[in-house]
Amino acid sequence: MFRYSKKTLVLEIFTIIGALIMLAPFYFLISTSLKTSDQVLTTSSLSFPTSPTFDNFVTLLSPSSGASSSIFTGLASSIAITVGTIVGLVVLGAPAAYVFARSTSRWSNKVFYIFLIAILLPTQLGIVPLYAGARTLGLTGSPWGLIVIYTGTLLPLSVFLYSGFLRRLPRDYEEAATVDGAGRGAVFVRIVFPLMGPATGTVAILAGLIVWNDFFTALVFLNGSDYQTLPVVMYNYVGSLVSQWNLIFAVVIISMIPILAFYFFAQKRFIQGYAGGLKG
Amino acid sequence: MAIVQEQAAAELGSRHGPSRPFTLGYGRWWWALPAVALVVFMVYVTTAAGAFYAFTDWTGIGSWNFVGLNNFKKIFQNPEMIRSLVNTLVLAFGFLLFTNIFGLLFALALNRGLKSRYVLRMLLFMPVVIAPIAVSYVWKFIFAYKGPLNQTLAALGLESWQRDWLAEPKLALLTVLIVMVWQNIGFVMVIYLAGLATVPVDLEEAAALDGAGTFDRFRRITIPMIQPSIAIATTLMLIQGLRIFDQVLALTGGGPAGATETLATQVYKHSFVFGNFGFGASLALVLSLLILVFTLIQQWATRDRL
Repeated sequence: MFRYSKKTLVLEIFTIIGALIMLAPFYFLISTSLKTSDQVLTTSSLSFPTSPTFDNFVTLLSPSSGASSSIFTGLASSIAITVGTIVGLVVLGAPAAYVFARSTSRWSNKVFYIFLIAILLPTQLGIVPLYAGARTLGLTGSPWGLIVIYTGTLLPLSVFLYSGFLRRLPRDYEEAATVDGAGRGAVFVRIVFPLMGPATGTVAILAGLIVWNDFFTALVFLNGSDYQTLPVVMYNYVGSLVSQWNLIFAVVIISMIPILAFYFFAQKRFIQGYAGGLKG
Repeated sequence: MAIVQEQAAAELGSRHGPSRPFTLGYGRWWWALPAVALVVFMVYVTTAAGAFYAFTDWTGIGSWNFVGLNNFKKIFQNPEMIRSLVNTLVLAFGFLLFTNIFGLLFALALNRGLKSRYVLRMLLFMPVVIAPIAVSYVWKFIFAYKGPLNQTLAALGLESWQRDWLAEPKLALLTVLIVMVWQNIGFVMVIYLAGLATVPVDLEEAAALDGAGTFDRFRRITIPMIQPSIAIATTLMLIQGLRIFDQVLALTGGGPAGATETLATQVYKHSFVFGNFGFGASLALVLSLLILVFTLIQQWATRDRL
């Protein structure tokens, strides 16, 4: 019944056409970024440049241009804030989830609810007071403030993913190590945490993507500071370019390269991370 | 983070105290303390404070007064705010509908059989990982008056269909919807592919032998078996749709003349551009309640199946 028949071939052709239409924006993105400013105005927006040029990328990234420093600092802040948040989520989330997953006491279940409910709570409402509070403490415009905010709002996700994983993890190794005389700290650091590797990967990918691509929180907390993340840098830079699509698209491509490289490198993990919310 | 909302809700309803035969010492209770403290403060205290300020005229600096329900009266008596609310709902439900239709179609096509299925799955998921703001700029160009969309229409001999897509109020809202849908089809597809993987091939073959046609098999076997995926995909898209912000700011900035403003863009403008924190908080409260109510309705509607 699932032989590759003529019907399958027709379906395959239609699906490929559908996918090509879906991917058309990438074609326009790339072709326009390889045009000169004149070509953008004079040639059809559908056409691929006859003599593709990387001038736009060179212009943006060469040290003499005004844009390059903001692009590079944007890249640096994005990396620092994303990595900082992931570290926070792992360092605080993994031990907390371990306690919840292994504890038999009643309070631990009750406290775990705090994380479950926090996942369901919409985050919008907290932003206004957070901003006011951060401004009072002088934390707006600081990457540290944003790392703390992202860590706090994404911790429920981290604890949830970790504890789901730990409940399926057999206790044999921990028991053996305890019997051999290892202390609780050593058991966790040397035995449990390394076994939690796949969960750490999922936390890093899901939380990393959310933080890396986040625009709203970064705009509110970092706009105008020296630590704007890439999405905010892009937003401000595009605002200053009126319809210079070749340059705009070069910026867009530069901002996409890190995440897409990561995606092609680990696409199975990305897709499983997203679909993985289904298995529990 | 919405990905696990469904599960979290399901677990809230079904958690029983574990009964294990014996325990060695696993960890120390205070290992959880920093995480608990941070979440209580960053999620609960701030949310409670936001709900509190929704009833004040606070501007972010200095003193404030209780104004009762005044902020909410201002919202529901102001045509601009009503319009933002309606836009938010239209976008969220359109988003839910179209991401699910196209996501399910691609998932069904790429479930098995096609030779190109692995490559296409990978390519179709690609937009999901890119920043929404970057995606929006690409589409802003596509919808520009001399952009690819109008040029394609001209090439097909459909000049009369050409429009200034971002400048006409109704079309501008449609463009925002298209961009949101385009970016999330791959996400929904992946959810449905995971669901379709649980449908046994034997069952479909048995039904086919008994004379059930493709559509019958889809309706009577596939749909009931991927019910959990449908619940998850619709809830996630609804919540994400209600929060729509990035695409609006990048594509239209809320214009033309407020035609594409949503609750999230109004929260941003009133709180952080105009500095009316009290009013902004009341808008955020309305948005949060919408999200919460729809989540609960969805949980209730699918409670037996999860």
